[in-house]
Amino acid sequence: MGNQRISSVKELEKLRKEILSKRDPGKSVVTVCTGTACQTYGSLEVYGKLVDEIRKQGLEGVVVEAKATGCHGFCEQGPVVVIFPQEICYVKVKLKDVPEIVSATLAQGRVIERLLYKDPVTGQRIAKDPDIPLYKNQMRIVFGNNRYINPREIDDYIALGGYSALSKSLFQMTPKQVLEEIKKSNLRGRGGGGFPTGIKWETTRNAPGEPKYAIVNCDEGDPGAYMDRSLMEGNPHGVLEGLIIGAYAIRSHEGFIYVRQEYPIASENTIQAIKQAEEYGFLGESILGSGFDFKVTIHRGAGAFVSGESSALMSAIEGKVGEPKMKYIHTAVSGIKERPSCLNNVETWANVPLIINKGAEWLSSIGTDGSKGTKIFSLVGKVNNTGLVEVPMGMTLRQLIYDIGGGIPQGKKFKAVQTGGPSGGVIPEQYLDTPIDFDELTRLGSMMGSGGTVVMDEDTCMVDTARYFISFCCEESCGKCIPCREGLRMLREILTDICEGKGQEGDIEAIEDIAKVMQDASLCALGTTAANPALTTLKYFRDEYQAHIKEKRCPAKACKALTSYYIDPEKCTACMICFKNCPTEAIHGGKGIIHWIEQEKCIKCNTCFEVCPPRFSAVRRISGEPLPPPPAPETKVIRDKKR
Amino acid sequence: MKLSKAVKRAVGSYQKDKDMLIQILLDLQSMFGWLPQEVLMEVSEQLEVPITQVYQIASYYKAFSLMPRGRHIVKVCLGTACQVRGSPRLLDTIAAMLGMKPHETSKNMRFTLETVNCLGCCAMGPVVVVDSMYHSKPSTPALRKIFETAK
Repeated sequence: MGNQRISSVKELEKLRKEILSKRDPGKSVVTVCTGTACQTYGSLEVYGKLVDEIRKQGLEGVVVEAKATGCHGFCEQGPVVVIFPQEICYVKVKLKDVPEIVSATLAQGRVIERLLYKDPVTGQRIAKDPDIPLYKNQMRIVFGNNRYINPREIDDYIALGGYSALSKSLFQMTPKQVLEEIKKSNLRGRGGGGFPTGIKWETTRNAPGEPKYAIVNCDEGDPGAYMDRSLMEGNPHGVLEGLIIGAYAIRSHEGFIYVRQEYPIASENTIQAIKQAEEYGFLGESILGSGFDFKVTIHRGAGAFVSGESSALMSAIEGKVGEPKMKYIHTAVSGIKERPSCLNNVETWANVPLIINKGAEWLSSIGTDGSKGTKIFSLVGKVNNTGLVEVPMGMTLRQLIYDIGGGIPQGKKFKAVQTGGPSGGVIPEQYLDTPIDFDELTRLGSMMGSGGTVVMDEDTCMVDTARYFISFCCEESCGKCIPCREGLRMLREILTDICEGKGQEGDIEAIEDIAKVMQDASLCALGTTAANPALTTLKYFRDEYQAHIKEKRCPAKACKALTSYYIDPEKCTACMICFKNCPTEAIHGGKGIIHWIEQEKCIKCNTCFEVCPPRFSAVRRISGEPLPPPPAPETKVIRDKKR
Repeated sequence: MKLSKAVKRAVGSYQKDKDMLIQILLDLQSMFGWLPQEVLMEVSEQLEVPITQVYQIASYYKAFSLMPRGRHIVKVCLGTACQVRGSPRLLDTIAAMLGMKPHETSKNMRFTLETVNCLGCCAMGPVVVVDSMYHSKPSTPALRKIFETAK
């Protein structure tokens, strides 16, 4: 494997046939998700045990192979094991389940009920993964291949038709035709801005100066977003193929893949993918014998949010400090070393081979008027089914959160959904029927961003959320321009004061004034959009700000300075659970003795509130009203007396 | 001696390419756990890049530490998803348990407490990483155990 350089379309197709001939579609393939989340739940061990057990039980003839794949997207339920061709999906698989999976399901085709996903709404077990609500309502055209592919095996990608779009581009299309196809598809940048990809390519292609560069932006810094990581980790060749096709279209011969430092597995898999693609002749000189040359270098980031901004990322690739530059001229014209540089997000590149293979009309048949195709979202926060989901543009937020995400856990009330990361905003309940689309979300004061979708329930304080994002940007601001550097610092001070009960009349107006200046005068998009979380929370939840400022009350009971914890002596059964879990030993009492909290020692970590069994619900959070005294001071009440 | 050799190897593996300064420092950071002054000066000399530029990079990016770090690195994720699920409180809990503030290293060099902005495993939030082991929603007793076993 990987020893021959392919130098023609014929040879590629011959290789594909060879790979497929070794695979019997009738035989089982058992895949184990080894994305970062599943790995944490022990999926690598499960995979190792599966391989052992298949051998031990002599099933080599029945099972073609056990495959460690990238992220399937069902992260809440890891480790996830899927058995093909039946598509039986087992969730939360433990090591001890493995022998039975092999002996029952693989050997006899019998489904193990207890390992199936249980729908929290209907209580039913679901056997096949296309029937699981999280998957059922998705359209997984970009992300779907993850579950068939071992990301470290180029043959897996080729078996699925990989690199056929590249060969089509190189041999059946001129660079200009490739460009026109992408333009016609109306693909828009998936990294956040939503700029039309084809137009960006055309700008770089037509810009004077050589060499031209093509770059993959995998500096996914938005907290709460991880679709780029999962694509880069799980299907690196899909991204690489898109990059090579793009390079051909814009006449670039050198490219970079910039990977965030926090994503070590993505880096490793990308390095491996580049190596394999070089060996097979998909990279290097005269790709597939076409005469087109292209080489790719990986560049690991060093931890700076602003490095995801195009000009800052390009400075980092030059080995310099990743600060944004004033874009009098776009990076598409003057980027790396002042040469035309075309930078696209991971997901954007991954769309390219699909468009070439299936045609621009196919992509533009999906989605809304302004936004075509699909988008991958990371559905996280207070939602039942957490994970990565790919949906057609135009699906409503309600469908995303309720039909796919399964709603809010523990019967709590939905409050808002945050999209677009630190540059985005919150969207309240009354707009849940808004279709997801670049322009619609912008109209609400938020934005699509890279696809992070953080669901918030009644326990999330909107002022604290604004403070969180502002302080995030404050730390990540490079400090080059004053509106961003000083504006954020002032906003942080005001918001922190409000959260701590030190808010004053006029604070809200001050926030709005500062935000306006930042929007108008900041150097890069980090600064111009940084105030969005504050502005949207103000727009939709002004009453929460006022409660903090005027009544010194946090309606969500989340702001520590405004909230106290209290154990209701009437409800406490002295079960010792909160007593044992308190990290600061602030809870007094004992076995049979009603517990009470010593307020001076309490750090308000919420642990007692979380661990108190719901049937007791003895721990209360109190905000904006006086704290009742602890039970019978000094002498503690004996529980038995109450009975 | 050892130090300059390590730098030489790191610089050499990128063919002394000045554009690769960040990559070289990343390699050295993971080798030493932090970037001592001597390493920065050695890089400056061998790569023929002004020390100011090396220092600028080393102090700008979060991946680099200019201070020695503890034997065990405790990272609490403060990404939005973890935030919504209570990571600031978890951070307080851990800080109280270890008796130190975020971004501090204990005097006996046992622990360094750090925060990160999203590790991309949001489904497991709130997440704590201790020496590259990920822990999802750890309870107070579970944390006690983790810290006790880290000598």
